[in-house]
Amino acid sequence: MNILQVYLTLAAVLFSLGIFAVITRRNAIAVLMGIELILNAANLNFIAFARFGGMNFSGHIFALFVIVLAAAEAAVALAIIINLYQNFQSINVDEAQQLKQ
Amino acid sequence: MNIFLQYTLLIYFLPLIAFGIQIFVGKRLPRQGDWVSIGAVLATLVLSIALFAGMLLDYNPTFKQNFSFTWLETANFKISMGFLVDNITIIMLLVVAIISSASHIYSLKYMEGDSRYSQYYAYLSLFTFSMNGIVLANSMMLLYMSWELVGLSSYLLIGFWFEKDSASNAGKKAFLTNRVGDIGFFIGIMSLFTAIGSFSYSDIFAGVAAGKITGTLLTLAGIGLFMGAVGKSAQFPLHIWLPDAMEGPTPVSALIHAATMVAAGVFMMVRVFPILSPDVLIIVAYIGGFTAFFAATIAITRTDIKQVLAYSTLSQLGYMIMAIGTGAYTVAFFHLAIHAMFKANLFYGAGSVIHGMHHALHKLGDHKTDAQDMRNMGGLKSKMPVTYWAMVISSLAISGVPLFSGFLSKDAILAGTLALVNRTGSHHLLLFFGFGAALITAFYMFRMIFLTFHNKPNKPKIFEHMKESPTAMLIPLVVLSTLSIFIFYTLPNVNPLSGQGWFTHLVAQHESLVPGNLNPSVYAIEESIHHSHFPAMITSLIVAGLGLLLAWLMYFKKLISAEVWTKRLRPLYTLSFNRYYIDELYDKIIYQPFLKIADWVAYLDWDVYDKYFINGFGRVTEWFAKVVGIADYDGLDQGIVDGFGRSTQRLGNSLKKIQTGKIQNYVLYAAFAIVILLILQML
Repeated sequence: MNILQVYLTLAAVLFSLGIFAVITRRNAIAVLMGIELILNAANLNFIAFARFGGMNFSGHIFALFVIVLAAAEAAVALAIIINLYQNFQSINVDEAQQLKQ
Repeated sequence: MNIFLQYTLLIYFLPLIAFGIQIFVGKRLPRQGDWVSIGAVLATLVLSIALFAGMLLDYNPTFKQNFSFTWLETANFKISMGFLVDNITIIMLLVVAIISSASHIYSLKYMEGDSRYSQYYAYLSLFTFSMNGIVLANSMMLLYMSWELVGLSSYLLIGFWFEKDSASNAGKKAFLTNRVGDIGFFIGIMSLFTAIGSFSYSDIFAGVAAGKITGTLLTLAGIGLFMGAVGKSAQFPLHIWLPDAMEGPTPVSALIHAATMVAAGVFMMVRVFPILSPDVLIIVAYIGGFTAFFAATIAITRTDIKQVLAYSTLSQLGYMIMAIGTGAYTVAFFHLAIHAMFKANLFYGAGSVIHGMHHALHKLGDHKTDAQDMRNMGGLKSKMPVTYWAMVISSLAISGVPLFSGFLSKDAILAGTLALVNRTGSHHLLLFFGFGAALITAFYMFRMIFLTFHNKPNKPKIFEHMKESPTAMLIPLVVLSTLSIFIFYTLPNVNPLSGQGWFTHLVAQHESLVPGNLNPSVYAIEESIHHSHFPAMITSLIVAGLGLLLAWLMYFKKLISAEVWTKRLRPLYTLSFNRYYIDELYDKIIYQPFLKIADWVAYLDWDVYDKYFINGFGRVTEWFAKVVGIADYDGLDQGIVDGFGRSTQRLGNSLKKIQTGKIQNYVLYAAFAIVILLILQML
């Protein structure tokens, strides 16, 4: 088993855990954390391909962009969650079913 | 272009143009356009006289011009139309033109103030056009078309005063009765066409001579053609329409129902004479002879002046038909031309009297007295001298008195009949018909003259207001009276007792073309007529004199009482007075059964067919509609259409459970889908 496969397997596990979190968690923050996991699984793949797959610096650059995006996304998502809490007094995604008040 | 063609085209089409103008814009023209029709007919008169003069100068008995063009051509047959101009055509054209012009001029006064004055002239022009078509036709096709056209114009003019029921009924009766004859005529024409393949006279004559149609078929074709003549020339048993046709205006009666149209049957028989087989000729002779005698006996008891003339026309037409049957067809045509003149004149005379009566009655404010009844007249001689003399001259002519035209032709017909009896040694009945009718004719004509013009006036009040008719009505009387003198028909011969002259020279008899002919040759006929001439003349003079004398004694001198003899001969009188119950007989054996059949058919149609069959259909349809309705509504709509709806609803209901609105579920489905896709790809 070569090293790339190990990274890819790890990334796949991370991705699956992320998806699992997104699907199963009721807590919006936990869902957000699942998304972070998915993004990081992708990042891990980029880096692994950059190192072993001949993607070179392009992989690094992509990874950096993803981190920046993840930061921005976290900011926006947390803002949404705060609004959610203000409206529903809860951050349980199941309870946020109304499109308008 | 050939000069004859030019003339005939003008003669043929001028009245048609006049008809077109009159019918469409006549009302808006000055004087309601009577001058258009009169102009057209006078032009045809001038042209006819020119043709006639040409014929006299030529003096050629075999003169013949034939113009034809292809009218219809198919792979199997070709129909051509055209004109045949020979001496018979020219003489007939002149006769039609003279009488037609006379009627047009006469109508100026007679029809003055009528509400449909321009229409009347339009119809007259239409009639002149159609009649010229019959005369000019060189084929059965054009002849038949014109034949129907004269029938139409006759119908229109008989029913001209259609406000009167009797007039519109008479029109219908004339039209329908003619139809019976015309069916036979059509069958005759078509059987000739089927056998020979052409409508034109020359082809038909050649075909018969070549034996393309012989024996029974030829006889049947001849009988068919004769049926046409029976209808048009009002021979027994289709004579019933002519007396009723007197409902039309008197100039029309003179033109159409006395002089020209009713003679069309005779004219046609003259044209087709060479192809008539001996059997046909015998039938023709008997029908004609019987009609001559039979109609004369009815005329005796008529009291309506026009009815007397109508039956006398029937009788004279019978004479002509009989002459054709005896083989002397030149004589038939001779009588046709002569009869046209004096009979039209008699009608104009009667019209003049009726016109005067109408005026007198109008002045008296009397609308009940019959203006045509001779019992209301009497003594009019002093009031209407021109009319009186015109009628006397014509009556002398029709009675067959020497010096007058009628003598020549009537004598020739009787000679022809006597010749036939001498040749064959049988058919004596025809002699009885011929001489009997001659006797009765003289009697009833002078009965009419004496009742109308002599003795004391029967209704002095009316008599006081009577006066002579206006000049426009007297001109035709004078002209036609002149033409009733023998000399016009016998020149250059001036012997009043012999009919020999230009006419007999120019209208040469055609040999019969029937193969294996039993008809005697022209020479034999003429020879036998020549031998019979003298005895026939003496006998006819005696019978005419007897008839005249009888009328004089009975109605002028009143030495023999008409009333007493009426009582003595009561059964005969009743028969004659009721016209032998022919109309009643037809009513019994034709109309009533027909109505019964119609009732029965109506019953079948309405009560049986409609009620059970048609309504049955309705009910079946109704029931079927119900079933279909149930199938449609309960089955299709409820089951299938609504079923689709319900199943969609059910499907939607079950599917909507997937649509939870929870994003996480959707992501789960998406993840599952991806996993499944991956698995599929790996497989």
